[in-house]
Amino acid sequence: MNAETGYNFAYLDEGTKRMIRRAILKAIAIPGYQVPFASREMPMPYGWGTGGVQVTAAILGRSDVLKVIDQGSDDTTNAVSIRAFFARTADVAVTTRTREATVIQTRHRIPEAPLHEAQVLVYQVPIPEPLRFLEPRETETRQLHALAEYGLMHVKLYEDIARHGHIATTYAYPVEVAGRYVMDPSPTPKFDNPKMDDCPALQLFGAGREKRIYAVPPHTRVRSLDFEDHPFRVQTFDRPCALCGADGVYLDEVLLDDAGGRMFVCSDTDHCEERRADGHVGMEAAHA
Amino acid sequence: MLARGFADPVHNAQRVFRAVMDALARPGTIQALATGLAPPAPLTPELAAVALALADADAPLWLDAGLAESPAVAEFLRFHTGARITDDPAEAAFALVSDAAACPTFDAFAQGTPAYPDRSATLVLAVSDLSDREGWHLDGPGIRDSARLAASPLPADMPARLARNHAGFPQGIDLILAAPGRVAALPRSTRVQEG
Amino acid sequence: MYVAVKGGEAAIANAHRLLAETRRGDTSVPELSVAQIREQMALLVDRVMTEGSLHDPDLAALALKQARGDLIEAVFLVRAYRTTLPRFGASEPVETGAMSLRRRISATYKDLPGGQVLGPTFDYTHRLIDFALAAEGEAPVAAEAEPLADAAHAPRVTDLLGRDGLIEPSAPDDGTPPGDLTREPLDFPADRALRLQALARGDEGFVLALGYSTQRGYGRTHPFVGEIRVGTVAVEFVPEELGFSVPLGEIDLTECQMVNQFHGSAEVPPQFTRGYGLAFGQSERKAMAMALVDRALRAEELGEPVGAPAQDQEFVLAHCDALQATGFVEHLKLPHYVDFQAELELVRRLRAEHAARHAAPKAGTEAEMQEAAE
Repeated sequence: MNAETGYNFAYLDEGTKRMIRRAILKAIAIPGYQVPFASREMPMPYGWGTGGVQVTAAILGRSDVLKVIDQGSDDTTNAVSIRAFFARTADVAVTTRTREATVIQTRHRIPEAPLHEAQVLVYQVPIPEPLRFLEPRETETRQLHALAEYGLMHVKLYEDIARHGHIATTYAYPVEVAGRYVMDPSPTPKFDNPKMDDCPALQLFGAGREKRIYAVPPHTRVRSLDFEDHPFRVQTFDRPCALCGADGVYLDEVLLDDAGGRMFVCSDTDHCEERRADGHVGMEAAHA
Repeated sequence: MLARGFADPVHNAQRVFRAVMDALARPGTIQALATGLAPPAPLTPELAAVALALADADAPLWLDAGLAESPAVAEFLRFHTGARITDDPAEAAFALVSDAAACPTFDAFAQGTPAYPDRSATLVLAVSDLSDREGWHLDGPGIRDSARLAASPLPADMPARLARNHAGFPQGIDLILAAPGRVAALPRSTRVQEG
Repeated sequence: MYVAVKGGEAAIANAHRLLAETRRGDTSVPELSVAQIREQMALLVDRVMTEGSLHDPDLAALALKQARGDLIEAVFLVRAYRTTLPRFGASEPVETGAMSLRRRISATYKDLPGGQVLGPTFDYTHRLIDFALAAEGEAPVAAEAEPLADAAHAPRVTDLLGRDGLIEPSAPDDGTPPGDLTREPLDFPADRALRLQALARGDEGFVLALGYSTQRGYGRTHPFVGEIRVGTVAVEFVPEELGFSVPLGEIDLTECQMVNQFHGSAEVPPQFTRGYGLAFGQSERKAMAMALVDRALRAEELGEPVGAPAQDQEFVLAHCDALQATGFVEHLKLPHYVDFQAELELVRRLRAEHAARHAAPKAGTEAEMQEAAE
């Protein structure tokens, strides 16, 4: 118990941490399978990352360096709030630098910089069940996973193709993990899906409201579902980041005025800042 | 007198958990495991550390014959974990095995069900030697290309048992191998072949 | 010129300060005390305790003050606090049959042992704004205090029915400790104890609407209010080391026992069935709605067709919690621009393809594609 905050290290009591830790170990042993856990009521609302916060709280130790991002940015309000929560309750070092972090909690993005072996990426997950929008009943989806019966998902994706000429899922794009479970990668844009495959870092997923934890161990095959005649493809941008000139990264569209003026900048703010510090300059930064 | 538990329960438990987590996430790697414990024999400090970090009233323990014979071991574990000690291996969340060479067959333990494969046991075996440079060939999630692992003493048919365990994926048990100061793990997702 | 969204930390701190100032309101108006809320907003306090799963009127009143009167926000504060409390164990079941009654009514009997006790109720008030309350004045005194019903002589209506075998017996206690949905993830199908927990914690408005829907034909249960009783019960606890029960104190409860449509088969003679509701304090609407939904959720167990929303336990239990609901609805306020960008990119591409198809002469297959696209 920390005398100053009145709460245990990283907020959760030790019994709750043990419960979450046991769930994490089973999640790692069964890649992509959603382990039910007794998610606790946290001091931030459901939907704000209570699952990710509980996973982070359960793994965090004194020597960890924590990075928190939302939409790729360290500076969005919810990322700031969660980082402050752990800085206060766990007194851990925090960073915005992807490379320096040992634990990265994220909402909606995977950092652009390649992750390394000594890192854990913790995802905040709203709806962990990839089949939920095809079958709302838990009793049914659980059976579908048990039987590895994923035909429904393929039918849905194929209906998209018939209707639009493309698979119309642009984020939370379903993946197959280690050749067995179909998994929701959380609402990251499908642009980030390839980063999950053979990733050197451990990836943990926490869904607080839905009370599920799941995992992708390092160097695990993560395949985005697709069809032979419609292979999986990521979003591409027809211009580089306006600030750092980076190509092949995910960009945010920023509206500049009400006359259609807009610019595209890195969604990953740390990546953008490091590039600019290294002397890379984009079109807009050159003018500004 | 009862041997003491973790000197710093919060942070010691966290470090033990992270070592076990890393070992399970990267099968074939050997993680350092400092415990600071001196439990009653034949409970090793590493078995004790895993139990203290992860077992409690919601996660019952099963003890192998050598451990079950010692009232001091049961007293130590009950006092420091609050976990129920069960005679029925099928009820155990964690099985502590001090005599790894006589490890019971895996079928005695909970394997999970097709719908809930997580409702399965974790076996913690005390071994004397661990090496990642020789022995079995491992591949599967958590392993870049392939890895090696040797542990002893273990039953001669361990590779066959592990193969059967892996074949039942996603059901099955998970194995933690705890040597003095070091820990490795073989989750059910790992394919093990004799070297 | 590009202005990055920076300074999140400062913005949050400022918002917190602004919130604190707004909470206090006009400082020329005296500040509310926690005791005032506890005493004069008692029904709101009861609701916060019920949905917060924590019996502590002072804490609930403080939460309401901190939350500016926002009920769900107050429940949230109480629940988050509850998570951090050490757990000593479970009390003995409270004996509502021995309740010291403040109010007790039955709609199934005109008179019954122990009588009908109206107690403090809005039921027969005329809902006319009482402008006299706007002026501070003498504390009103009950003209003629009703005698508290003698608990020993006010047996539960369901027990009276049960004596004649007219209502199904309550399932006997088989010794299995009830689950705790704050300690274990909810698993379907959930047993009745867990369903009752979820309903007790559930949002009053949601449970009320579901109960109402059963009355309107979406899973009819033909309910009668067998009894509503409001009063005080003793809470007792058996510490492991003592082995006998010790009193912890008293709490106020509202219990509703619905008597529902009868059942029977070749083997079992016709009997009425039960629906049960229980809430902290005086929370009659909640207890009644809960009893209706409890009965509706027993449809499958009683061999009735299941089709209405209130009979569907996955639907009811997954959506009745106000904190889960408000969290997920309100989280739409959080930035989603990364995903929106992904959608924008797709819609732009589809529109470009659409335009190209319209510009190009129609070949057979293209025309089909276009049709599909529209």
